[in-house]
Amino acid sequence: MRKAAIASILLCAAAAWLAGSGIGGAADPDRQAFGQIEKGHYLTTVADCYACHTVPNVGKPFAGGRAIETPFGVITSSNITPDAETGIGAWSDEQFDNAVRKGLHPDGSRLYPAMPFPAYTKMPREDVLAIFAYLKTVEPVHQPVKSNTLPFPFNIRDALRVWDALYFTEGEFQPDNRQSPEWNRGAYLVQGPGHCTACHTPKTLLGGDKTGDNLRGFNLQGWFAPDITGDNSQGLGQWSAADITGYLKTGHNRMTAATGPMAEEVVNATSQYSDDDLKAIATYLKSLPGRQEQAAPANAESPAMTAGQAIYRDQCSACHGIDGRGVAMLFPSLAQSSLAHASDPTSAIRLVLRGGRSVATNAEPTAPGMPPFGWQLNDDQVAAVLTYVRNAWQTAAAPVSAETVGRARQQLRTRSD
Amino acid sequence: MSRKLPKKDVVVIGLGWTGSILANALTDEGLDVIAIERGPWRDAPTEFPPNYAQDELRYRIRHELFLRPEQNTFTFRNKMDQTALPIRDWGSFMPPNGVGGGGVHWNAETFRFMPSDFVLKTHLTERYGASFLPQDMTIQDWGVTYDDLEPHYDAFEYLCGTSGTAGNLRGQIQEGGNPFEGPRSRPYPTPAQKQPFSHTLFAKAARELGYKPFPQPSGNLSQAYTNPLGIRMGPCTYCGFCEWFGCGNYSKASPQTTILPLLIRKSNFALRDNSEVIRIELDRSGKRATGVTFVDTGGVEWQQPADLVILSAYTMFNVQLLLHSKIGAPYDPVANTGVVGRNFTHQTISSVNGFFDNKKFNFNPFISSGAIGMCIDEFNGDNFDHGPHGFVGGGYMGQVQTNGRPIQSTSVPPGTPKWGAAWKSAVRDNYLSTVRPGTGIHGSFYSYRDVYLDLDPTYKDRFGRPLMRLTIDFHDNELKQNAFLTDKFAEIIRAMGAHTVEKQYRKGPYDSTDYQTTHLNGGAIMGADPSTSAINRYLQSWDVPNLFVMGASAFPQNAGYNPTGTVAALAFWSAAAIRGQYLKNPGPLVHA
Repeated sequence: MRKAAIASILLCAAAAWLAGSGIGGAADPDRQAFGQIEKGHYLTTVADCYACHTVPNVGKPFAGGRAIETPFGVITSSNITPDAETGIGAWSDEQFDNAVRKGLHPDGSRLYPAMPFPAYTKMPREDVLAIFAYLKTVEPVHQPVKSNTLPFPFNIRDALRVWDALYFTEGEFQPDNRQSPEWNRGAYLVQGPGHCTACHTPKTLLGGDKTGDNLRGFNLQGWFAPDITGDNSQGLGQWSAADITGYLKTGHNRMTAATGPMAEEVVNATSQYSDDDLKAIATYLKSLPGRQEQAAPANAESPAMTAGQAIYRDQCSACHGIDGRGVAMLFPSLAQSSLAHASDPTSAIRLVLRGGRSVATNAEPTAPGMPPFGWQLNDDQVAAVLTYVRNAWQTAAAPVSAETVGRARQQLRTRSD
Repeated sequence: MSRKLPKKDVVVIGLGWTGSILANALTDEGLDVIAIERGPWRDAPTEFPPNYAQDELRYRIRHELFLRPEQNTFTFRNKMDQTALPIRDWGSFMPPNGVGGGGVHWNAETFRFMPSDFVLKTHLTERYGASFLPQDMTIQDWGVTYDDLEPHYDAFEYLCGTSGTAGNLRGQIQEGGNPFEGPRSRPYPTPAQKQPFSHTLFAKAARELGYKPFPQPSGNLSQAYTNPLGIRMGPCTYCGFCEWFGCGNYSKASPQTTILPLLIRKSNFALRDNSEVIRIELDRSGKRATGVTFVDTGGVEWQQPADLVILSAYTMFNVQLLLHSKIGAPYDPVANTGVVGRNFTHQTISSVNGFFDNKKFNFNPFISSGAIGMCIDEFNGDNFDHGPHGFVGGGYMGQVQTNGRPIQSTSVPPGTPKWGAAWKSAVRDNYLSTVRPGTGIHGSFYSYRDVYLDLDPTYKDRFGRPLMRLTIDFHDNELKQNAFLTDKFAEIIRAMGAHTVEKQYRKGPYDSTDYQTTHLNGGAIMGADPSTSAINRYLQSWDVPNLFVMGASAFPQNAGYNPTGTVAALAFWSAAAIRGQYLKNPGPLVHA
């Protein structure tokens, strides 16, 4: 009887050892402390772990299995619930930290940078451990996931050593003492847990950040994630800080609305950011100079502009207005929308061809939608109306060609999202 | 054998205006609500986007947004000694279908009824004596007053952002508004829409004749608006595709543009579309509803148990479902007993076309909206002395030209050939210079002993249930009313400067193929006496207290206004009673 009791105590200890849950650095905070879990919950939201690690609408939270589209193929997100066998229940603090900040799996293999560890590396260890503390409290889900579904040669994980050497700079965020604490907080959020760079920073052919073009916009997953620097024509130069915080909080502001992947980001993450953090982000983004290059305006007398104006008046002006200014918080102001004037018109073309639904949030439940025009306007007409929209109201952006629209139309045919 | 679903607190039958209002109020109360809707889910950018919503052939002529008669229809006759035949194509009214119901395809004329309308029987008897009323007229007081409903009219107008000019603010008559309206507690949420030329010309002529024209209260908004639920609407673009159409511009008030975006975000709300409720289930006592039975598109029967049942379908389907569920005694016009089916009414509509010199007048009729118009109310309700005229009732009248759509905007002066070159030439000459009010005269329709609803003895629906039978005809009172109003209206059109005036009197017999309005009313009327009404003043069934019946089926008779404002005010009023009284102590709210 006594023997059995001792044996079971030993077994428990062994299990705890195996699970790694009893072990942490003596200096590490108490993983079970309320404050630590609260902090972790907030940071998990800020880092938007949910978006990639949950199958939208039907999946259990954080159980993985969501297909993540990359330029190299599809990667399936992993299970980060505390299930010991298929999730991260048996991981140690060290292992979790290595995965999040260094892209290293406990088995020694390297993570694909679809997991934004190049951004998360900016987080201090205590923030990462807080996230771990929170994830340890969510419902464990037994769900094995085969993550690596890339085609050859990208399925060879060893190749990632080279990638890491080329594009991954490990290291925590270093504050700039010449800037305010608010600016530094914003920079930390944008570069680190918020991983805005993952979508908004241009990438090399191998998918590494072009750091010199930080946050100047990138084409991925069938959208153009626009320039979010302070650039006047392409970026957020015309946005006030309140425009930025309002957009991130509610998905809408006086000029534009979130749709596509950004709609998801607003729902899962930014709408739940603290007001102070949103202000910090606005301060930081507004400070980025951008390229400040002004495109030459299209010739107002060109056939495309003439046709574009006629199409615009017939098809677009009912909502967006003859003056292109729309209705604040309802119909985007095309005269002011940076998406409309982006150097890369992918998102604008997509919205015209396929329509789109803006995001619904508690603060802005309306979620107005734009109908598709792809069935109605041919490539020349779409090109003309977009060229007009990009150049009509004291704005200037490169004309859109029918060939570009045609290619986009072709690519959209195979997209289910 | 039907399959049983988990019980809900509330089941809502039909997700139109009233279903949405009730579902929103009861989910706010924390209840678990499911709505079951016969038709499909509908939303503005997907189902009526602005790049094809304006299709007159598809929606106006081919009725795309409406119930298909092959799914369900009614039989119709004028007189009790006739044999009714099924309606195979909609004509005099348009039964809605799908989420949003009639709120999708209405013109959005957002009137309040007058205080005297709610106490009609008492008012007319006191003023003219009981013998002044036709013997077979069965009008009643409503059991609810204008003052009871005022806060709820206000709630609906602010939900919708209604554009208008107040005529009576807390008892003070306001210049430019309707001086005959009941006192309102605050102004309309948005100013009246801008009026096109023919409408202002009408107002000028009316003013010169001594009337007090006012802009028709409109649910097509004059400016952008954010309602109390935080839902945003855009300004109307005056495209003139409102009635029969969905609005893709977020500028016509509908459940889609005012309630549903919030409602569908609530975790305690669920919707089953494409599912037709065929019966309200009762327990053995017959005095308590236990839920509903519905059929899905695969023909499978499901039971949805619930503690509270909200019947919020269109007038006809409310009455039909009560009869099929054997709730309330069916009305018998011969014995003059029973309540379900009695006091069925419609509207008395006519118009006057005015043809003007096209060298002097260009009205641009395509600049319009569903509820645009300049109206007068001098001949509505009992705003004038009926003594010399030998009839009761009345209506508003006005230049409410709601569109210049190509197929139906081809009015030509009397005597023009019906086809060929002369007709074409006349259409061309007159299109821009014709005043063609949509519902120029919007007259009341009072209730009669022999105008009613019951189950057809012959024809059955696809479930084998008897079709609803309409027995309806115009009575002399309404035809006299209409002749008087049409003549008065024609005087104003002539005063506008028309060279030719074409009066289109409403004549009997009632014709089920000639469109009037979709304002069918009555059949499950409210009142103070359970022997002459199916529901009490809170819209609660006298027989089954956990059943509330919304909609115009509650109207004891119809006034000379569009009904939606009153339908919605009654829904808010009933929701307030459920929240404030019924939920605290479920049972009859009125003891007769």
